Order: sequence, then C-alpha cells, then structure tokens
Amino acid sequence: MADSWRSLPGPENVARYELENGIVLLVRENDTSPSVVITGSLLVGAVDEPAEQAGLAAFTAACLDRGTERRSFEQIYEEVESIGAAIHVAGGGHVTHFVGKSLAEDLPRILDVLADLVRHPTFPEEQVEKVRGEILTALAERANNTQAMAALAFQEVAYPPDHPYSRSARGYPETIQRLRREDLVRFYREGYGPRGMIVAVVGAVQAETVRSQIEAAFGDWEGGGFRRDGLPEAPPPTEVRRKVVPMPGKVQSDIVLGVPGPPRTHPDFLTASLANTIFGVFGMYGRLGRNVRDEQGLAYYAFSRLDGGMGPGPWRVIAGVHPTNVRRTVESIRQEIRRMRDEPIPAEELEDNKAYITGSLPLRLETNEGVAGALIEMERYGLGLDYLRRYPDLIRAITAEEIQQVVRRWLDPDAFALGIAGPPEEAS
Amino acid sequence: MDGTQIVKRQLENGLTVVLREVHQAPVASFWLWYRVGSRNEVPGRTGASHWVEHMLFKGTPTFPKGTIDRLISREGGVSNAMTWIDWTTYFATLPADRIELALRIEADRMVNALFDPDEVEAERTVIISERQGSENNPRFRLAEAIQAIAFRVHPYHHMVIGDMADLKTMSRDDLYRHYRAYYVPNNAVAVAVGDFDGEAMLGQIEALFGSIPPGPVPPPPRREEPPPDGERRVILQGEGTTAYVDLSIRAPRALDPDYFPMIVLDAVMVGSGGLGMGGTTTNHTTRLYRRLVEGELATAVYGGITPTLDPYLGGYGATVRTGHTPEEVEAAIWAEIERVKQEPISEEEFAKALKQARAQFAYSSESVTSQARWLGFAEMMDSYEWFFTYLDRLAQVTAEDVRRVAQTYFDRRNLIVGWYVPEERRDDGR
Repeated sequence: MADSWRSLPGPENVARYELENGIVLLVRENDTSPSVVITGSLLVGAVDEPAEQAGLAAFTAACLDRGTERRSFEQIYEEVESIGAAIHVAGGGHVTHFVGKSLAEDLPRILDVLADLVRHPTFPEEQVEKVRGEILTALAERANNTQAMAALAFQEVAYPPDHPYSRSARGYPETIQRLRREDLVRFYREGYGPRGMIVAVVGAVQAETVRSQIEAAFGDWEGGGFRRDGLPEAPPPTEVRRKVVPMPGKVQSDIVLGVPGPPRTHPDFLTASLANTIFGVFGMYGRLGRNVRDEQGLAYYAFSRLDGGMGPGPWRVIAGVHPTNVRRTVESIRQEIRRMRDEPIPAEELEDNKAYITGSLPLRLETNEGVAGALIEMERYGLGLDYLRRYPDLIRAITAEEIQQVVRRWLDPDAFALGIAGPPEEAS
Repeated sequence: MDGTQIVKRQLENGLTVVLREVHQAPVASFWLWYRVGSRNEVPGRTGASHWVEHMLFKGTPTFPKGTIDRLISREGGVSNAMTWIDWTTYFATLPADRIELALRIEADRMVNALFDPDEVEAERTVIISERQGSENNPRFRLAEAIQAIAFRVHPYHHMVIGDMADLKTMSRDDLYRHYRAYYVPNNAVAVAVGDFDGEAMLGQIEALFGSIPPGPVPPPPRREEPPPDGERRVILQGEGTTAYVDLSIRAPRALDPDYFPMIVLDAVMVGSGGLGMGGTTTNHTTRLYRRLVEGELATAVYGGITPTLDPYLGGYGATVRTGHTPEEVEAAIWAEIERVKQEPISEEEFAKALKQARAQFAYSSESVTSQARWLGFAEMMDSYEWFFTYLDRLAQVTAEDVRRVAQTYFDRRNLIVGWYVPEERRDDGR
C-alpha cells in the first residue's frame, strides 16, 4: 500500500519558489492522471471597494476574460475550449482567484492565456455592457432565491454597516448600474499586481519547467495592490438581530443564523473548526443534523460552517425548513449552542470528530484542485509547508475544555444574527 | 485509465464485481449500484426508490440509526448515496486500510434495513422538506412540468423525488416491498477502486456478499412511450423576475447508435459538459452561446443528453436576459437548430468535441472516487467497456451522422417547449 504520510503534500515533495517581484510559486508533481491545475491568488477584492461601488471587484474580475491587448473574448475561449481546457476568474472578498485546468501537455498554452488576461485586459466597452447585463440577470435570480436572500439578510445584521462583510461582494442592481468602464479600469490599474500573489501548479508536470514558465509569464510584472489599513471592528452581537425577507410564492423558508467568526490566523481558529465539526458537520451534519433532521424531521439540510479566511468570516448555521417550523428550528439551534457551551464534549464524541478531521485529510487532497487549494492556504496564512504533517497532532492536542471555552467566546444562544427568507406568512 | 486493468467477476448469487487497483494514494472507494430508480415506480408510489435510499441510513440491527455516518466519518471517510431515474448507488471513500468497513455496511443493509415505522414517519417530513426546497427553484418546477408532458405513459413521467401526493400517503410497507424486490445481489454491481490487492478484495467481497441469496427481480418497466405525434408546450407562471426557456426533445438512449452523434451535436450547440454526465467546462465558443449570450438575449445556455436506459430527454435551455422575452429566445434557439439541420458541422468543431472528451476522461481519473463512479455508471448502462470505448465511438461519428440526428430528433413533432414566465404578484402570495 502507498505510504499515507508521504503521499501528503509536504516540504520534500512541494517545490517553493519566490520570484523577484514577490510572487510565490508552489509546485506539486502528480502523475496520477495526465492533467494539470493552475491556481493563482491575487491580493485584491471586495474589501478594497467603497460601499457605493459594491460589486466593483467582482465586476472587474468578470471582465478580465472579455478581451486583452492580444486576444478578443472569442479568441480567448477558442484557444481554451478547443483543447478541452477550462479557465475561471472570480473576484472574492480579500482575494481574486484565477484557475486553469487542462491536459498536462497544454499547460504552456493555458498559462499564456491566463497571464494575458490577468496582465493585459482591455475592458472593451461593449463587453463591459454584456457582463453588466449578465450580472443584473444573476442578481434578479438571486432576489428569487431563498438561500441567497437569507444569507444576504444575515450579513446585513451580523456586521456593522461600515464593514465590507455587511455588503454583498456581488453587488446590488443599483451599484452595478452605476459603475462605469473607467471605474473598472481604475480598480484594475490600482489593485492588480504581483505583490502578495501566490500561484500553485499541481499535476503531471515538472517543477523546474513550471518555474521557468511562470517566470516567463509573470516575472516582469510590477507593482499593484491597494493599501489595506485593516477592517473595521466586527464586534460580537449583544442581542438577537433579525432580518426577514418575505418572498411570496415560495414554499420553504431558509434560515441563516450566526456570528462574525475567528479569522483563519486567529489562535481560536483550529479549536473553533473542531467545535464546528462537532456542532454541524460530523456524519450527517453533526449535532444539528441529529437534532433537526434525524430526530425532529424538520429539515432536509441543517448544518454549520466556519469560514475563517483573512477577516472575521461568519460562523453560521444554514437550514431550509417549512415556514411553520422556522421558530422551532431556531429554538433547536439555540438549544444545541447552549449544550456546546454548558457541557464538555464527551470523550468518545471528541475522539470520533478528531479521527474524522485527521483521517479525511488524504481524501480532501485526492484531486489536483484539492492539493492546489491546500498549497495556497498554507502559503497565504503562513502555516508552513509542513503544516499538513503537523495538522493531525495539532487537532489531537485540542481538549474538551478548550472547545468549551472557544464556543463560549464566540457563540451565544441569546445573541446572534438571524436572516430568514421565505413565504410571507413568516414575515410577521 | 484504460480497460486492461479492470477485473470483472460474477459471484454465484449474481452479484457483479468490478475492481481496479490504483496505488497512487492510500485511499479506496467502494460503490454498490442497484438497478432501480424512479423508472421502476408506478403512480401511488412515486419517490419510493429515493425514500428507500434515505431509509438505508436509518438502521439495521448491526448498524443502528446514525452509526453508519459516524463509523465512516471517524475512520476519516466520506460516504453518500444517490438515486436517479435508472439507478440507486451507495458509496464510501476511505483510507485504504479501512475500506472493509464500507463492504460490511453495504452487505448488511442490502438485506437487513429495518424500516422502523417511526423512522419512516420522521423521514417523510425530511423528504417533503427536500421537495419543497426544490419547489422554491423555478427551474425545478419547469423541468417537472416538461417531464410530465413529455412522458404520458413511461415512468420517466415523474421526478426522482416523487409527487407530493405520494410522499404524503406512501406507507412503510410500500417502501419495504420496494426494498425487498430490488435489493438483491443479482440486481446489483459492486465496484472498488483504490489502493488494495485485487485478489484480497475479491475474497473479502465474496466472504461478505456471497451468502446473500438472489431473488426474483421485477421485470423492467414495460410501459413504452408511444411515438410523439406533435409539438407540446407548457407555460408556467410564477414568482421572480427571470424567465427560462427550454426546448426539449425525446432523445436516444445510451445504447442507441444515435447516442454518440447526439453527443457531438450537443458539444457543438451548447458544450460538452462532462460527457453528458455532469461536470463543468465553459461553453463560450458554442453556437448557442454565441447566438444567445453574445447576442445579449440570454445570460446562460445549457442542456444536452444524459446516458439513460430508455429514451429520455435532451435539448437546450436558456436563462432569459432581463429585458428580453421567451419568444425571442425560443426563436433564436430554433434558428440555430435549423442551421445545424441544414449545413454539416465544421472540421474544427469536430476536433474540438473530441479533444474536450479526451480531456474530460483525463480529469475523471484523478480520484479513485470518480473512477469507481464511472465504472459503476457504465455497468448500469451496459458494461464498463461502454466507458472505455467511448472515445473511439465518438471518433467514428461523421458530420453527416450529426446532421441526420439533428434532423431526426429536432423534428417539431418530437419537441417539448417549456417556458417559465415571471408574473407580477400581490404581496399576499398565491
């Protein structure tokens, strides 16, 4: 059998290079299949945009593939799709990602296209209008989606109005309507650059070859990056803050309940992630799933998620229930929060959850995308290339007492943000 | 991966076993497939296959309720189950030295699931909630309406989740009978891919499954859909501000010689998707994208056939761009269909479809989970060879074949047109 320890990405099988302009490149060779994945992470995102321009970062990212100095939109995709490859660019909160996937033999072509659209986009006027129309239709679809509207309502009450996390990174119809091509061009010019950029390449390739390819594609890129002065405070809620979105014609309500959570680099993060697994992940949705789905039959889904990330991303529960069961479901969630705070996790349950988190590591790292994601995370948060090797011990060292303390610090059954979207009978 | 490394055996009780050793990572994936899905259901018991799948997590004497998820999770594994129109499948992917757990669970619940009446009732509300969550989505409602008018006779008439009327009334015994009828080794295929010794794996499977007696499997559905005799249309009205348009056709089944020309046609029109089996690539160079999305009538185009046992649905759909109408979008889709019926597709379009298929095959072999899924899926349609001869058969398609299937299947008599049209609503709802 393959050696489980050695198969994980680590210092001796991941090549790490620093380019002179600040780009960090990580390469993991993997010959399992003749394919390759390249992922780039740029330090530019929705946190860099003002409130009145919500959606600017995402709109800008969505226009990168719409035309460059060398290629039209049609040419970009003719080149990509004719070789069975896929590319994708997406603007997020703190970072903007690009991803390419192709047969290993086609990496140079995909890299050439990706570098072109990241470095030389031209934002053709008529393409900007096309993208605007697509975003507006997507926002109209969002307005008719209970899950998305509950999530949006949650954000608005979980974070102070001046916090970027209180806004939608995809924007709103009014802000998207207002943005001009010049806004996108300026945002691109000021925000995009190699500083803080991380690239991961995983697949049937050779590290040294990749290094020279990346050097050629990005080595002479300069500058970039907004100054970031840190985010405003996101204090924990001191009461229940509720926002309801009535949506006539729907048959089910969606609930998002939670708080601003610990950032990825916060000392509480790892313990909170174990607590979250116990709370709403393990098996079929952890304790929440057992209570809300298995025992009461209230919902098809009721789970929790801890975002982490570069800021205080949410720690939240997501559930879809019949409108008449909203109140009961919220009560059940509060009950499970109380239990996490009041009672130490029983030894066996704790061991099961630790075994799950550590044991499932190889599975999460089975695909090239999975490995590329892990490499970016290790680099972005300064965890070290040996992090996955240390990870099982870090998890095993967490005690029931520490979990209880962390839950008490972050979750409160009487103080949380609550977004609800669904049939209007619940709107009262 | 290629077909040479596959071991296929049949146990005496009729269980088909398909194995492939892969030693790149210390993981293994085990799948158990049953030839039962919503295709095998009659009115009054629609949704039974999917509900039975849920009940298989609700306990046996050996693995009481909740223990299956817990045992798999604490060994560091992931598991799930899926029900589709033609099949139901259960899988777990685990560290390779723990894969026996998945075998033990599947061998046990092939026979010993309890269907405790209280658990059946608790799950009834969960499944109703699952259905209501889908009903919140206009595209689910449109798909359901299209299936219902596309199939008057054949059981593809109803959705996998089942009709609400049946979810409210089906009894524990209805479900249990469905389970006992179809969950027998001679109606199942076991697939394992991963870091194990093939002989040892075969021995383990034999030891755990070999003593399960075979049973009489009900015959496949005999209610063949009569030939289409005219275009059918459905216009749904509902909430929201976005319209959707769908031009569906009754499509060839997976084993029909027309299946492969249809795959090429779909690739040219709307993109290769994942070989008609899910998976995502962009489709920005396809004919429908250029006409509809580049032409600013729609914001997305999608569609294509999926491999099925009986003739199911194919065709194309679009999300109508705000400010445009379903009429315009339908006319534009139809104009592209007319064009592909008249002129042969180009060499470049052909080459692109083939290269995309080749790349999709490479991507699909990245994980043992995905490999096992594909092998089992191919067994449900025919045999794992179906999967390995896929690229060759695609390469044999000619431009004339593509034009012929476009003409045959996109005849207006074979067309089912569906619109979802948002309507203004008063605030007091429906």
